[in-house]
Amino acid sequence: MSMDRRSFLKIAGISSILGFGASVASATHTIWQKGLEPPQVDKNKEALIAKRWAMVVDMSKFKTDEDVKQVITACHQTHNVPDFRNADGSVNKKDEIKWIWQASYERAFPGQDNKYMSEHMKEMPFFVLCNHCDNPPCVRVCPTKATFKLPDGITMQDEHRCIGCRFCMAACPYGSRSFNWRDPRGTNPNGEPFIKNENKEYPMRTKGVVEKCTFCTERLSVGKLPACVEAAPKGGLLFGDMEDPNSEVRKIVTNQYTIRRKSDLGTGPAIYYIVGGSDHA
Amino acid sequence: MLEKALVGSKKYWAWLMFLGALALVGAYYYYQQFMYGLGLTGLHRDVTWGLYIGQFTFLVGVAASAVMLVIPHYLHDFKTFGKIVILGEFLAISAVVMCILFIMVDMGQPMRVVNIFLHPTLTAMVFWDTVVLNGYLFINLLVGWVTLGSDRKGIAPPKWIKPFIYLSIPWAISIHTVTAFLYAGIPGRHFWLSAIMAARFLASAFAGGPALLIILALIVRKISKFDAGKEAIQAVGRIVAYAMFANVFFLGLEFFTAFYSGIPGHAQSFLYLYTGLEGHSELVPLMWTSTVFAAISLTMLWIPAIRRNEGTLVLACIMLFISLWIDKGFGLIIGGFVPNPFEEVHAYWPTMPETMITVGVWAIGFLVLSLLYKIAITVREETAGIEIEH
Amino acid sequence: MKIYDGGKIFLGLLVFVALATFPFTYNMVMGKGTKAPEPKTDTPAIQEWEKVNGKKECVESKDFMRKEHMQLLNNWRESVVRDYNRGYISTTSHKRFNMSLQNGCMTCHSNKKKFCDECHTYMSVKPYCWDCHIQPEEKEEAKS
Repeated sequence: MSMDRRSFLKIAGISSILGFGASVASATHTIWQKGLEPPQVDKNKEALIAKRWAMVVDMSKFKTDEDVKQVITACHQTHNVPDFRNADGSVNKKDEIKWIWQASYERAFPGQDNKYMSEHMKEMPFFVLCNHCDNPPCVRVCPTKATFKLPDGITMQDEHRCIGCRFCMAACPYGSRSFNWRDPRGTNPNGEPFIKNENKEYPMRTKGVVEKCTFCTERLSVGKLPACVEAAPKGGLLFGDMEDPNSEVRKIVTNQYTIRRKSDLGTGPAIYYIVGGSDHA
Repeated sequence: MLEKALVGSKKYWAWLMFLGALALVGAYYYYQQFMYGLGLTGLHRDVTWGLYIGQFTFLVGVAASAVMLVIPHYLHDFKTFGKIVILGEFLAISAVVMCILFIMVDMGQPMRVVNIFLHPTLTAMVFWDTVVLNGYLFINLLVGWVTLGSDRKGIAPPKWIKPFIYLSIPWAISIHTVTAFLYAGIPGRHFWLSAIMAARFLASAFAGGPALLIILALIVRKISKFDAGKEAIQAVGRIVAYAMFANVFFLGLEFFTAFYSGIPGHAQSFLYLYTGLEGHSELVPLMWTSTVFAAISLTMLWIPAIRRNEGTLVLACIMLFISLWIDKGFGLIIGGFVPNPFEEVHAYWPTMPETMITVGVWAIGFLVLSLLYKIAITVREETAGIEIEH
Repeated sequence: MKIYDGGKIFLGLLVFVALATFPFTYNMVMGKGTKAPEPKTDTPAIQEWEKVNGKKECVESKDFMRKEHMQLLNNWRESVVRDYNRGYISTTSHKRFNMSLQNGCMTCHSNKKKFCDECHTYMSVKPYCWDCHIQPEEKEEAKS
């Protein structure tokens, strides 16, 4: 049988593509393999369950700077969030990663201040963090579902799957997300590690992935409240199930005036702020 | 036909070596970035997309612009475009290659990019952008190769290529619409949240891409015997004129809505770009250059005597291309991020490694373009005088 | 049959074969990579388990783990992060284990260098788990 070189090359090319493709396809069967399902896996008995986790922030309970700082420290230390502070102690705006921090009233709620408001009111600090929205734009735009909604309302982050495209950061209307612009396992010019006290029970992240508050799913799974809630003075940060009519958070939101950040965008944030109430004014 | 890219004059090889050297420099800096992280760029928590994604956005437009040649020639039998179409298709290929490269250098975890295909997310515009861009690359490679191959043999292309050619038309529109959707649906960024984004993108694509094509066609005519034809270039010039008018008009519409409505969220980004905000005015000179160049080039294109003179036409096209490059490849992206959701201004400026990587990717794009154009030119020179039937 | 340039061809073939098999011959000559890996399971935590349960046992059998621990870990992480499940019922011992690399596997196998790295180095495999997950402190093997 004789064939010309061109036909031979065509047949050889197509066969190798098919053969290669077949071997790749058979290797990927493990990926499409069904994952683990109940009853082989289950939740911990002590896990906290809710239909819709939400948080109420009452800044009037935070009297001192120390009160505020220990909340942020509790979160960042529990989750090995690196501190990229500059050598002189100033914030490194370029690399910084933060899951929860404070912003002034006029920054956290832009457009809701007025020109007659006192500077004191405009500068009043409020905790800001991921709002775990009902209808989160970040989840909508993530091309790999690395950020996704859990059934209990938490907007979760899967660091294993994130490709670092940072679209979620562009999409978030609240600026809640941080990116690892460099390896958090480094040291600053003074020789101090970026992560000072490692929490050995929680992983770090690596360069090139996005991270944010996850409402402490790892603590909820073992029956503990989120780290920030535990570290806050009593009543400062309330955490509960909005769908449970008997929960504290539900009662507050039903009966008191609370505001949410940029609520007109339709995102449905789950962080409610008590303003102008009780001891404060 | 590939072998035609490997035969050339000393100048041709010198040009390829030059581009190769730039590409290697870019690769070196990319290696640095890969090892250190994206912190090597000027990006930060508030401006998460910069030069890379800006270039990507601009080049998707250039890639889509091939359709401005395909529609008249294949759909409406405009025979004048017979020779220039292949230049447009090959430009589209090299532009898409650059787009893909710019995305890859921008990824935080590039090895995991396969996740986009393993876990397809139908609500994610990035997913659709990946699909349509790769599809467009495939279509243009197929159509360009088959039609050029047929021209070389002096025969009409096979009938089965026609559906692909017709498919490339809506597909080209789609790649840039999907890219615009990356921006136009984000609720928190009022600078981008505008229905006219996709229309603006297409208008600037159909102005910028063909403008580059005119420049390239004139260069090709100078360095080889391939002449796309004075009439073809004039026709493309008219397309550029109309598209640029639409683009400038659309930008004006955006300005109107932003400032007449008085809503601060809409206007602040424009203020940052064109007048500076809170002491930050890094982008102001660039944006005004873009505006001035746009005005001058549009005027030049609209005066027939100037447009008909190929010397001044090239000048207008160069200014137009630079203007659109600044506007779409830089200003549009940064403007969306500044001010940030807290209404703070944190400026962005690319670093040296970031710039070198960008230059490297452009070099690779031009390398691909040069190789493809060399093939097209050689085929045309060999078949000069034979009527081309499409 | 006359082979033109036969000398050059066979010389070239010889050079090619030498280059292609160099990785193997080099290792053989240097004595590397000939010893089979021996992961050690003698950490204090495992010995403690042995005392309590009468035998050394892992989440699944040794055979299963050798072949499937990569897939198991992948399934675990999907289960924990995405499905919110943390308990795993072993198919061999039907005991319930906490699905965690740092707080599960590594509490027993805290000797990463003598356990995980033994086989991984031999196979030249570099799993990227440790880019993020924190390696346990190497505990000395208890003298029994």
